[in-house]
Amino acid sequence: MTFRYLPMTDQDKKEMLETIGIETTEDLFQDIPEEVRFNGRLQIEEALSEPQLVKEMGRLAALNKNTKDHASFLGAGVYDHYTPSIVNHMLLRSEFYTAYTPYQPEISQGELQAIFEFQTMICELTGMDVANSSMYDGGTSLAEAGLLSAAQTRRKKIVVSKSVHPESRAVLHTYAKGQHLEVVEVDTEDGVTSLNALRAEVDEQTACVIVQYPNFFGQIEPLKDIEEIVHSAKGMFVVSSNPLALGALTPPGKFGADIVVGDAQPFGIAQGFGGPHCGYFAVTTKLMRKVPGRLVGQTVDEDGKRGFVLTLQAREQHIRRDKATSNICSNQALNALAASIAMTALGKQGVKEVAHQNIQKAHYAKKVLEEKGFKTAFTGPFFNEFVIELKCTAKEVNAKLLESGIIGGYDLGLSYSELKNHMLLAVTEMRTKEEIDQLANVLEGLACVQNISH
Amino acid sequence: MRTEHQSLIFELSKPGRVGYSIPELDVPEINVESIIPSDYLRTEEADLPEVSELQIVRHYTALSNRNHGVDSGFYPLGSCTMKYNPKINEDVARFPGFAHIHPLQDEETVQGAMEMMYRLQTSLAEITGMDEVTLQPAAGAHGEWTGLMMIRAYHEANGDFNRTKVIVPDSAHGTNPASATVAGFESITVKSDERGLVDLEDLKRVVDQDVAALMLTNPNTLGLFEEHILEMAKIVHEAGGKLYYDGANANAILGFARPGDMGFDVVHLNLHKTFTGPHGGGGPGSGPVGVKEDLIPFLPKPVLVKEDDLYKFEYDRPQSIGRVKPFYGNFGINVRAFTYIMTMGPDGLRQVSENAVLNANYMMRRLEPHFDLPFTQHCKHEFVLSGRRQKKLGVRTLDIAKRLLDFGYHPPTIYFPLSVEEAIMIEPTETESKETLDEFIEKMIQISKEAEETPELVQEAPHTTVVRRLDEATAARKPILKYMKQV
Repeated sequence: MTFRYLPMTDQDKKEMLETIGIETTEDLFQDIPEEVRFNGRLQIEEALSEPQLVKEMGRLAALNKNTKDHASFLGAGVYDHYTPSIVNHMLLRSEFYTAYTPYQPEISQGELQAIFEFQTMICELTGMDVANSSMYDGGTSLAEAGLLSAAQTRRKKIVVSKSVHPESRAVLHTYAKGQHLEVVEVDTEDGVTSLNALRAEVDEQTACVIVQYPNFFGQIEPLKDIEEIVHSAKGMFVVSSNPLALGALTPPGKFGADIVVGDAQPFGIAQGFGGPHCGYFAVTTKLMRKVPGRLVGQTVDEDGKRGFVLTLQAREQHIRRDKATSNICSNQALNALAASIAMTALGKQGVKEVAHQNIQKAHYAKKVLEEKGFKTAFTGPFFNEFVIELKCTAKEVNAKLLESGIIGGYDLGLSYSELKNHMLLAVTEMRTKEEIDQLANVLEGLACVQNISH
Repeated sequence: MRTEHQSLIFELSKPGRVGYSIPELDVPEINVESIIPSDYLRTEEADLPEVSELQIVRHYTALSNRNHGVDSGFYPLGSCTMKYNPKINEDVARFPGFAHIHPLQDEETVQGAMEMMYRLQTSLAEITGMDEVTLQPAAGAHGEWTGLMMIRAYHEANGDFNRTKVIVPDSAHGTNPASATVAGFESITVKSDERGLVDLEDLKRVVDQDVAALMLTNPNTLGLFEEHILEMAKIVHEAGGKLYYDGANANAILGFARPGDMGFDVVHLNLHKTFTGPHGGGGPGSGPVGVKEDLIPFLPKPVLVKEDDLYKFEYDRPQSIGRVKPFYGNFGINVRAFTYIMTMGPDGLRQVSENAVLNANYMMRRLEPHFDLPFTQHCKHEFVLSGRRQKKLGVRTLDIAKRLLDFGYHPPTIYFPLSVEEAIMIEPTETESKETLDEFIEKMIQISKEAEETPELVQEAPHTTVVRRLDEATAARKPILKYMKQV
């Protein structure tokens, strides 16, 4: 069988074997000991032609309920947002997506400049001095912020609020185990970090306090008070932020954050069943030389022309090996590019407008649901997500919603035992008034929620 | 490639321009100050660019023209497996049923995605000879750390808390020792012998009761197969350690050998290398990890299982190391890899490695008269030359790499592995034609002549790129890491 990705002909092969001076290609594999040579045929599926492949993959894709055909109110860290058409067109410029890491700057100026622009935009949104070129995602970025804080302060205790995304906290626990760090989770009160509980935990052993803003419930954390608590104990203040929310909210940098992390998925990156997304990592100048991952810097060439290079590489694994601050190598460069294009398209005005539409629509949804008699869980200010109480499981409710073409919210009972039968709803700019009204009407009509207190 | 100056997007900005379009707000507007305390409402706008749609398109098109990808030309970057990235993979990954699904939807609504993942992890287990595979790690280094955390959990579950060391060869990728450190181990280097393989005597010397694992790339970063792999496995296993396979070079052995059959206990693969990722300018990748049966309980959770005809994420895994990433890995990259595996099938994958190895050996033999070849045995998918002959003429390996830019090539990996002086590491991959290899070989020969006759031509290269050599020292000494508006 011939394969369209393999150009070698029999004639080519013959000539090459002659040049090498051997009879068959098998001779090239004689260094693999006989006992470990694989002489069978791999038991994997047979090759498919392109049309067959498209059909089979299309069949698998069609088995999934997607957010193009359904109105989605599911957020919890991954959101359905407006992606300008140009994002995909530019991403498919194959000089970007088929390139390696820009270690040869003379032929990688496009990628390097795009990432330099990404770093600038992340700094603008977060209010920080320095941003790196990307991390795997918000969760691992948060975990690395914990490790960096511990290394910087030489302290062993990481304090994290329970209002931080449960999966990010889970990742943090795994990373911390490797470094023998202690992770302490702090309770919430009315949907935000309990300041009393936080005060009780933060001490001279605390490397950092990690909170999320807006938090997992959509609520706006009192960063001002939290900053005082963590800095008075000389710990690092780490804030995980949805960067789109920062189009409307005061950036964590203004509240004295030392490290701001998060995921740029809301900017032009598909939900894609959870990945690949795009972690970001931003710090104060003081921590510039401790940042994990790649950094792009501006410089000049021999003729004095402006150009860009990967810089401060002495921090990284390929130079420092076992002394590196992090083992990250591959990052999410292409998704950082996607986020850059989307942030550019939105621009100064758009990022503000989209963020404000999220606030408005989510508040409208909450109001409509309250008018229908639903109880909302928390009273504080929020961005584009809020929590409602149900009289039955979120799973049952979601199954019903799906019949009406709606993907419902996140079942909080899965991560918070005290929030059984609570649903986290996200309302982005993509949801129309009609869809929000329909959500409210369908929910109201469900037998299992009719007995809700009025 | 174009040479004209390209402004930063911020320099193209002018107040009042927009590049987006969303509907007017269709719900009754409330005063935001009545719902969010003023301290938390942004007063100073984020200074993002203000540009029109065409300006954006021109900007990124111009940037792409200042970048070299596999589609632009030959990319023989050793250890990076810069093979062709099939277009169909990109199409499939963008199917709405893959791109626009949420990771927290009810499992019944994403059975197609879960089936894809299940079939991929099953295929990868077969290809590597392992018992079970997790798709959760986001990239190779992430997979390394995941594997090491599992090895640690395994030892600790056996009441063995004193295994503090991970052994890595001197030729290993930098991620290996870095991952060991992040996983809480101390890394110990084992030397290579004069044939470029792990020195068995030195291995015996460093292996003791403190060893948690040996990390090995096979073929190694010199492109050489570790022939004594079974003896090495025996040494490590007898001391109670585990064997970790770094799959960075898996493109050499598909269908010819499987890490699981060589005695490896844990394997990671770089789907963006061997399985056509693509590389994306540095990522995203995907770094699935395969394990042997005794390590299955420690896999990161959730674990994807099939029960009757239903796919499920299993969370009740008491011995699991926990999560290593939110959700289920870089799903979009996994879709591409599965599409590729389905394109090639068992015979195609074997042919991939056969052709990759043949291409590398052909290039090596043709370049051998012109450059020093420190290790002369047959190579696998890549080989390492030394530029020390040219260095004596005042032309360094860096210069040779820069001169290749003038001919439209991405240079090979240089100065790695560290064990070879003036290293030039070449990996052609199987997707390149003989004509492409021949043209590149001719240019390499030409450069070796230039080194003798007109060394300054090489020393001052590149001559044709959009920028010339960049001042990296100043970039690091006085870092400028973001755009600052001129005032």
